[in-house]
Amino acid sequence: MKKIQRLEMRSISKSFHGIPANQDINLFIESGEILGLLGENGAGKTTLMNILYGLYQPDSGQIKINDKTIRINNPVESITHGIGMVHQHFMLVQNHSVIENIALAYKDTPFFFPNAKIKNKVEQFSKNFDFHIDLTKKVWQLSAGEQQRVEIIKALLNGADLLILDEPTSVLTPREIKELIFILREMKAKGHMIIFISHKLDEIMDICDRVMVLQKGKIVGSADTKNTDKNSLARMMVGRDVVFNTTREKLTKGKKTLAVENIKVIGDKGRRVVKNISFELFENEIFGIAGVSGNGQRELAEAITGIRPIFSGKVKMNGKDITNKSPRHIYDSGVSHVPEERIRFGIAPGLYLFDNAILKQHHLKKFSNWYFLNYSQIKNHTRTIVKKFKVSTHSINNQIRNLSGGNIQKLILGREISEQPQLLVASHPTYGLDVGATEFLREHLLELRKQGSAILLFSEDLEEIFELCDRIAVIFDGEFMAVLDSDDKQFSDIGLMMAGSKRIDPMEKQK
Amino acid sequence: MIKIKTTDRYNITTLRSFMTNILSLFAALVVIGIIFLIAGVNPFYAISEIFSGSFGSFYGIKETITKAIPLILIGAGLTLAFRAKFWNIGAEGQMLMGAIFATWTGLTFGEALPSYIIVPLIFLAGFIGGGLWGIIPAILKIKYAINEVISTLMLNYICAEILTLLIVGPWKGKTRFGFPGTDNLPDSAILGLIPGSRIHYATLILAVICAIVLGVIIYKTRFGYEARVVGENPDAGRYAGINFLKTSLILMAISGGLAGVAGVGEVAGIHHHLGYPASISSGYGFTAIIVAWLAKLNPLYTIISGIFFAGILVGGDAIQISLGLPAATVEIVNGTLLIFLIMGDYFLNHKITLQFSFKH
Repeated sequence: MKKIQRLEMRSISKSFHGIPANQDINLFIESGEILGLLGENGAGKTTLMNILYGLYQPDSGQIKINDKTIRINNPVESITHGIGMVHQHFMLVQNHSVIENIALAYKDTPFFFPNAKIKNKVEQFSKNFDFHIDLTKKVWQLSAGEQQRVEIIKALLNGADLLILDEPTSVLTPREIKELIFILREMKAKGHMIIFISHKLDEIMDICDRVMVLQKGKIVGSADTKNTDKNSLARMMVGRDVVFNTTREKLTKGKKTLAVENIKVIGDKGRRVVKNISFELFENEIFGIAGVSGNGQRELAEAITGIRPIFSGKVKMNGKDITNKSPRHIYDSGVSHVPEERIRFGIAPGLYLFDNAILKQHHLKKFSNWYFLNYSQIKNHTRTIVKKFKVSTHSINNQIRNLSGGNIQKLILGREISEQPQLLVASHPTYGLDVGATEFLREHLLELRKQGSAILLFSEDLEEIFELCDRIAVIFDGEFMAVLDSDDKQFSDIGLMMAGSKRIDPMEKQK
Repeated sequence: MIKIKTTDRYNITTLRSFMTNILSLFAALVVIGIIFLIAGVNPFYAISEIFSGSFGSFYGIKETITKAIPLILIGAGLTLAFRAKFWNIGAEGQMLMGAIFATWTGLTFGEALPSYIIVPLIFLAGFIGGGLWGIIPAILKIKYAINEVISTLMLNYICAEILTLLIVGPWKGKTRFGFPGTDNLPDSAILGLIPGSRIHYATLILAVICAIVLGVIIYKTRFGYEARVVGENPDAGRYAGINFLKTSLILMAISGGLAGVAGVGEVAGIHHHLGYPASISSGYGFTAIIVAWLAKLNPLYTIISGIFFAGILVGGDAIQISLGLPAATVEIVNGTLLIFLIMGDYFLNHKITLQFSFKH
């Protein structure tokens, strides 16, 4: 197959059950170019790329490679054309090892001894690009960032000339993003082309040569990144100016809500992933936990909310012990949870929106009278969430699996936040959300804080952490490297703390 | 080159769903017809015999309703288990366990108690028997992660052998002249029939009520909601604080219990004593799986699909006699119907398109 010099999509249109997702879209990309696709959730970015990757067929329009019209019927054909894609939700077999997943996707995998035969190649490859992955690990044991690296290896090994990255940085840590950018530039220099889907303006400006902005399924603007600036792109994307810095009100913290005392948690691999963590959380306070993903954040959040057993130590809510209590008991004690793996934990895909809107609350009195569910109340509640959080759906009588990832997330956030929890445990709450929704959510979190809630915020987005949090802990390898006020000057070294090379002992600080 | 491409279908209408079922049944009949043809029987005649045997005469209809009773009860119970993706293949055993419990209760207390006490009592005993047999695989699954398809299936055989052991051993009746089987239940424990038929109306009424109540449970109650969430996504169930053990125990107690109640009906309504497993149940526990599936896992619809499959059982018996076909004929018919119904489900949820493309 000849290398792709130029790829073009012409007048692409696609609609799902009557609702247009892409309308008359024209796009081209040339060898050695990085094209950014910018747009809010549900703007049609993913749909467009899925068409290019052969997952969907366009209702009308053409795809041309090197000026020759082609048809891409399925992902296998798109791979043979030299197109590779890394999806936002990873397409990996959870119970298989890394090498098995790569072997499964690699086109030249031999029939006999597939793993052994490709192992050298993969090892060489991952060394070249500085991917540090244990090939024998099972995928479910990997962090999101590591899983993404496996996906990228899969695409590149198959010789992708065009690599589509759907929201690639949303799961990465700042260091990992740097590594990714390095790889992308390397690829660009070698004449590859990259389509980079994102809603983070900084990244787009930093990485891309050219950017196209989608809104409601249409291209609303395109520009060379050197001839434009963040503000004008943001305007194009949301149709108005975006305020980047919400100003946090000074509040005096209220009474102690959550107390975590020396907890230790065992991870999926049987290793101790949370080692002796203690902290306290007060009313009117947002406590942020910053750190590279895979350092125990997920396990810590799951342990506090009752999904994962606590090995030793205590968790107290308002002075009452909730250690290893059932998730429902903990919810009833006032703890809401926006889980990191939302699609896995947060929804029942085949049930309707209104069923999903009460997933954790269906036992509350207002939704179920004695044992019977009060559907009129439930549907009203759902409509409120849908309206307030701008979930785009044609009806609440819609199976939730028909919604886009961002919209599912909005519903989950609405569900967990709207009940005014005393404590909200939120893991990467804005991951995958567009600028408008992110802004709305952050304001909402600050509003909750004002009303007296305590919020435990796990995030890799340092900007978000510094913007929202009153106190910040940096987690590394299951331990806190530092717990500081967000305006503490020592945070200039946060990079070092996240990498585990600097530690500020709380005792030392008190002295 | 022709390529087959499948895409998910959204917004499935009730009409489409209904028509798919009808077409699936029709397609199944075509295949069944071919099988009849191979057996050397005129397929049109055989299929029309099946339906005239079951629905074409007063006698046929009475027999059909008699056989529909256990199918509705078991099928309704299975819809609940299947909703939660608990694949209960053990209704046969749960039904027999219900029959065993009911027989013991009837024989032990029947003489001393009036009808209006002993009859509810044997139904309760049957429910408990079937329910207990049903919660064994639930415990095995939740506590020890043992696949319920295997455990429920195997428990069928265990129960059948326990029953056989009882009727040839300790429970062998004095009135049986040494043949296997218990004594007849006392008259007070025997269910009344609609005159001129074998329809034990108490069980029939119970079956219809159970189907309706289960519909309410699945769609309107907290427990039904939890069962549906667990079935859709167990991880979400865990996150939502749903107690798996409790939910599974309750749903299998209900599912098994209703099968047990069906067993009571067969013993107290038709046979009046406990005999060999094959005489108590002619595979109702398995046929009910198809009943539940045809009802789209909606317990209310099991009333209709139960009657439909009872008709096939009765009609199958009729053609065995009139056409001299082997007893396995009914099983072939049932099996073919199930396969086509499941296929129809697939085509309902997926759109299949053929694509013609030429390699360049």
